[in-house]
Amino acid sequence: MLKQIEGSAAVAQAVALCRPEVVCAYPITPQTHIVESVGELVKSGELKNCEYINVESEFAALSVAIGASAAGARAYTATASQGLLFMAEAVYNASGLGLPIVMTLGNRAIGAPINIWNDHTDAMSMKDAGWIQLFAETNQEAADLHIQAFRLAEELSCPVMVCMDGFILTHAYERVDIPTQKEVDAFLPPYEPVQVLDPADPYSIGAMVGPEAFTEVRYLAHRKQMQALDLIPQIGTIFKEVFGRASGGLLHSYRAEDAETIFVAMGSVNGTIKEVVDAERETGSSVGSVSICSFRPFPLEELKNALQSAKRVVVIEKSLAPGLGGVLASNVRMALREVPLPVQTVIAGLGGRAITMIGISEVLRAAESGSLPDVTFLGLEQAVIDREIARSAEMRHAGPTAEGILKAIQNRPAAERSRAS
Amino acid sequence: MFQVRFHGRGGQGVVTAAELLSIAAFNEGKHAQAFPSFGSERMGAPVVSYCRIANTEIRSREPVSQPDALVIQDPTLIHSVDLFAGLNGQGYVLINSQQSFEELGIDDFASGFPHNHFRDVGASEIARKHIGRPLPNAALLGSLAAMSGEVSIEAVEQAISQKFPGQVGAANIAAAREAYDVAVG
Amino acid sequence: MSEETALQRVKFYQTGTHTVGNRLMDEDKRSVQSSIDRSNAITSGHRACQGCGEALGARFALDAAMRSCDGNMVAVNATGCLEVFTTPYPETSWQIPWIHSLFGNAPAVATGVSAAMRRKGRAKTKVIAQGGDGGTTDIGFGCLSGMFERNDDVLYICYDNQAYMNTGVQRSSATPPTARTATTPAVGDAPGNVFGTGKNLPLIAMAHNIPYVATATVADLHDLETKVTRAMNMSGSRYIHVLVTCPLGWGSATNHTILLARLAVESGLFPLIEAENGAVVRTQKIRKKVPVEDYLKLQKRFAHLFKKDHEDVDRIAAIQRMADANIDRFNLLGERTAP
Repeated sequence: MLKQIEGSAAVAQAVALCRPEVVCAYPITPQTHIVESVGELVKSGELKNCEYINVESEFAALSVAIGASAAGARAYTATASQGLLFMAEAVYNASGLGLPIVMTLGNRAIGAPINIWNDHTDAMSMKDAGWIQLFAETNQEAADLHIQAFRLAEELSCPVMVCMDGFILTHAYERVDIPTQKEVDAFLPPYEPVQVLDPADPYSIGAMVGPEAFTEVRYLAHRKQMQALDLIPQIGTIFKEVFGRASGGLLHSYRAEDAETIFVAMGSVNGTIKEVVDAERETGSSVGSVSICSFRPFPLEELKNALQSAKRVVVIEKSLAPGLGGVLASNVRMALREVPLPVQTVIAGLGGRAITMIGISEVLRAAESGSLPDVTFLGLEQAVIDREIARSAEMRHAGPTAEGILKAIQNRPAAERSRAS
Repeated sequence: MFQVRFHGRGGQGVVTAAELLSIAAFNEGKHAQAFPSFGSERMGAPVVSYCRIANTEIRSREPVSQPDALVIQDPTLIHSVDLFAGLNGQGYVLINSQQSFEELGIDDFASGFPHNHFRDVGASEIARKHIGRPLPNAALLGSLAAMSGEVSIEAVEQAISQKFPGQVGAANIAAAREAYDVAVG
Repeated sequence: MSEETALQRVKFYQTGTHTVGNRLMDEDKRSVQSSIDRSNAITSGHRACQGCGEALGARFALDAAMRSCDGNMVAVNATGCLEVFTTPYPETSWQIPWIHSLFGNAPAVATGVSAAMRRKGRAKTKVIAQGGDGGTTDIGFGCLSGMFERNDDVLYICYDNQAYMNTGVQRSSATPPTARTATTPAVGDAPGNVFGTGKNLPLIAMAHNIPYVATATVADLHDLETKVTRAMNMSGSRYIHVLVTCPLGWGSATNHTILLARLAVESGLFPLIEAENGAVVRTQKIRKKVPVEDYLKLQKRFAHLFKKDHEDVDRIAAIQRMADANIDRFNLLGERTAP
């Protein structure tokens, strides 16, 4: 049923349709509305046969989910940012134990300086934790990906993290088609665990493994992800048959078949990029875009094929690997390791800085003219930085950098101010 | 595409206003996108929210920088925040105030807009009358519907009753209707 | 005094440590271990050290638990000695379903198991979580407090050997003052762990008003079994704190495991109490009070207190004051209350 609904509520409703049996909740912005909404569905009796547990930390949230999943229950939780870091140990543990937990990540920056706004640093921090990571472009896709995630997780016995941009998606009201219970039941069979804590058939889960077998166990974790490369498109196809719309998959290509410049990005910014692609095509630019939906496993082959016509690839990413550059860009370069194509990284949208169509168009201009550096920080206020560097060079006790930058922005000359806005 | 930017303070329902407008547009079969400008939730702090309305899918996620309409829920913001940035010169401005533009210090600016595009409505007073509290957001949506014609007052009323069933919804609908009539008149 | 009461006073160790499970006593006084049909949660062949108090305590506790629920139970284990010595894959000593996740999350994992059991129509399956003092009083403390506060249906058992033994004897918040550990070495002006630190987890557990809190030791295994059985027949959050001797970490003779646990009780350093809903309901009286020296002297971790040339009289006296304070607080020399 079509609804004009907040992204968080849409996801909560989609999760509820998946009949989770244990949901753990710990508040962290901007994910909070999701667990609040699920909690309301449980408390009102709309979502039956579900334990809703208010825990004392994110570490506990995922740990409760681990226990529940190991005991045979379909388990769900949601987090963001610092919360994901606080549960980091359990994140690795859940995948190591092969427990098909589904978790929403309302993508948000990581401090210090503390920042509640959107970027992808949180997801990138756990990119190698053995979880499947799917990125939603719209709230419709966010809702759909959760339904697919349970099936994917349970078929592989591997946890799945559904990433959706904090605020930009979680707090946005837009049109979402919420499926019926009947449709979801037809798509998602009941959870049949491969391992379960059962007194009638006791075994030990999570014991120590030494060097003689650890590599093999880890290899199998890698193999699961490789299997997911096949399974994700298959599940996407079945999803389309049942629900009548395409959602998910490994990646989405937009007007890239013949494009010379191709943007690669993840999540909601792809909508803005598509608008730029359409506008720039009107004025004669040969441009297209690829939206990576499955970041883990990373679709090396599919991406290489999608970039076939490109003369240059511009990665727009909401994360930064200090000391290296782009995280997504490194993965894109891996896909193009046999192709001599320039791959440039544009670090954008950090800590919620708006990524505008004008900004992306300027990047395109620079890329087309060959003047785009390997690593660019979109909208970086160089003058502010220069002043802060100079100030901190003058004195040893320069104080916190963040405060210095904010003061420099407040006190910048009027001419600079009007340019920036 | 019709783009609206709402300005107000935490606790005035600024985010809810954008959401309600998006639901009203949806009720009329349009595509709509509403989102807040994402601050920590604190009573009294300046808050901005956005709503886009279109006949096709809305893909852009950038904040509304060139609004077709501005809804200013708190006139004390006029000289402390750059409210009018990017505003379309043929657009609409709706201010929750009973003061004249001259008293607000914006009479020169207002005179540049087409007739009936720049209005102030005592939405807080209307709200106080119907809801018992000076919560101006629903009333302002009524006036905006009248001024812009972008959504009908019926769609606004339906949106309010969807989001706030019962007494609260009914009171807000009454406020929206009165503010609509004021703006039409 | 009736003959029966007198008989009850007879303790396991008085019949000799070889008479496992009090099997020489009347049937109703015997421990479950004396039965040939006894439950067997942790089977033999594990890799605990000689004289390990934790292996003994865990086996008696879990066997009693199994007995009380016909084996319909799941155990969740924090990282630590118990986890390591029972389960190097592909071998496992556990005869019950068992899961180890992390060092600090056993209570939360147990909460999840318990919730799942309810939803899976198996609410009768009992859930036990267990860990050492590090996993319980330190790194798992947040999760434990959360589990208590929500009154989740889990029995948590802490096997307290008063330091991080698995990693090589480092101080925990359960390490007693003056004790030598690898991170509180016996050097300097005040060798060993300092005074005025540490936490009393049974009292903290009581402050959560959970249905049941008890302390026990491996010196009185019948008492341990009684308390576990009592806890198993209740629901909600329950906590049992078991003092378990660690010959390696304490520097004690492997045949002193039982003796040291008994001296900890009889000196007053480790009071045996039971509390329900936040209030103490039973205490185990000290029958013959012993000075703390008797307990301390048998352990190398306190050896620096008893140097030939100068005994650390002041700090031994301070430890004695701690024992006396416990005795006063719980009236441990008063009239015995019925068990």
